[in-house]
Order: sequence, then structure tokens, then C-alpha cells
Amino acid sequence: MRARWFFVSSALVALVLAGVVSYFADSSPDGLDSVTRQGCTAVETPQGERLDGSCPAQHAKPHPLENGPLAGYAVGGDSGLTGVAGVLGVVATLGVSGGLFWLLRRRSRAD
Amino acid sequence: MTGSLAMHMSDGLIDAPTAVLFGAVAVIGLSFAVVFARRDLDDRTAPMAGLVAAFVFATQMLNFPVLPGVSGHLLGGALAAILAGPWVGALCVSIVLVLQALLFADGGITALGANITNMALIGTAAGYLVAVALRPLARRSRAGLTGVAFAAAFVNTVVASLGFVLEYAIGGQGAVSLGGVAAAMVGVHCLIGLGEGVLTALTVAAVASARPDLVHLLRKGSEVAA
Repeated sequence: MRARWFFVSSALVALVLAGVVSYFADSSPDGLDSVTRQGCTAVETPQGERLDGSCPAQHAKPHPLENGPLAGYAVGGDSGLTGVAGVLGVVATLGVSGGLFWLLRRRSRAD
Repeated sequence: MTGSLAMHMSDGLIDAPTAVLFGAVAVIGLSFAVVFARRDLDDRTAPMAGLVAAFVFATQMLNFPVLPGVSGHLLGGALAAILAGPWVGALCVSIVLVLQALLFADGGITALGANITNMALIGTAAGYLVAVALRPLARRSRAGLTGVAFAAAFVNTVVASLGFVLEYAIGGQGAVSLGGVAAAMVGVHCLIGLGEGVLTALTVAAVASARPDLVHLLRKGSEVAA
């Protein structure tokens, strides 16, 4: 069936993007991050990165869930498993959004 | 851990009243989205809409270089609106942002309202308005549709970045000039918008080749009332 073929192949593309292609993503700060870091110099320390100078990013608070099992798109802190985290994220997104949209949909007459 | 893998606003960049204000904006906007999304969701389009959200999640992971030491990633609002409609599209991006904050510690919890406002509401609306304005062009040919998708995605990215400028103007933390933040945000997001445009155009063109009936922008307005 054509609809099923399209659904399965699209889901596979999303899984490959998050599971494999994600390893080739640029790890530099993104647009927002780089703007809020302007005025600071990032210094690597054993405790992690420190921002010297004055910039909005210094006001960023640690994430309350930063010790979660998938925090930072890693698995248990292992960023070598980004692809696994990505695949789990695709599955979770598909499940939550698909479930919500299925509940919200207009029912046909044979409801 | 909150360093380079964070892609969205962290907690603390804007003050608490501003976070609450944009939390309220997000709740109101999403309430409308839930009500109006229903008319675009049926047995056939609901699974497709779920796929759009999953695709946005996957693509947001793929940061591409835009300047030395600066990357960008898809926001996805225009893509989701073109494929699934503006209301469903806003919900797609919101679900991605909520899951990123809760599962991946990406984007703060108190900042979630601001992140949803910028990327799911403002960006999606701007991209969709551009796409609707250019819809005759999109209907004319595949090249037209591709160009419209590119333009809508570019505007989506730049306007979403202006959302952060607005929030920073109201309650930003850190002694930085607003003009400097605005210029830097718009400048870098013009570059990111080119990448967003290319990725959106490629995706919309691929869906249109396989299943043109699943492209909301081409469907709406031409269909006979059900």
C-alpha cells in the first residue's frame, strides 16, 4: 500500500538522520548561543567550560534535568551514543505527536 | 554538559517576569493551535503530522556550519506548516521543544514558553504567511513550490530570531546593548535561514514528488468542503 510505504520510508529517513547523520553535525555553538556568548571568552577547565568576561550566557542557569539519562543528546553522559539518543528521540516524538494528533483528529462518520 | 549541545534558550537568560509572560503567550497560542488543528487532522493526515514532528526533531540535531565557530540548525516551523498546516505545524514544533527540554535537557524549563513562542508560534506564523502569499507560484510548478518553501523557511528563521530580541529587550540579563544583540541575531540567522531554506525546499520537494496530496499548502483552498 502506497500510504504505508511512504510512512515507513519517511520514518526510516528520520531515524537515519538522527541515528547516523547526527554524528557529522557541527558541534560549534549555534546562532543563539554564539550571540549570547559575545563579550566572553570560553576557557576550558577540568570542571567544564568557564566564560570569562561579560555576556548574557553567563546568566544561563544549569538545566534542572542536566543529569537525566539522555541529557545533552548523550546516553548516560556518553556523547559517543548520540545516535542512540537521536533514535530514541525520533521514536518518542513520533509516539507523542502521533498519539496527540490521532486523538485530536476529526472522526469519520463511522466513529 | 550544558555547553555546546544546547540549541535553545537556557533558563536565566531572561528574568522571571518575562519568562512568565512568554509562558502565558505560549499557553494561549497553543490553545488556539489545539482547537484549529483539528480541522487539518483526519485518519490520513494525523500519522503524517506525527512524522513531520519526528522529522523536525531529527533535523534539529543536524547543526551545519555558518561561520567559523558558529553553527545553525533547522527550526522547522515553515516546513511543518507547509506540510501539515500552520496550527498542526505549531504543535509539531512545540512537541519537539517540550521533548528536547524534558528528555535531552536542551532548552530551559522556565524558558520553554519563550522558546515555543519564538520557534513554534512566531516563526511558524511568519513562514506560513509567506507561503500563503506565494501559493499561486507554488501551485504553478515544482520549481515554484521549491522556491516558495525556501523563502518561507528563510523568513521563518529570521523572524523567530527577532522573538529572542523582543524577549531580551523586555527582560534580558547581562549588560549588552540591545542594538548589538539585535544586529548579531539577525545577521547570523540570515545565514542560518539560507540553510533552513535549502533543507526545507529539499524536504518539501521530496514529499511533493512522492505524495503531493500530503502537502498542506497545495491542498488547502482547492479542496471541496468535506
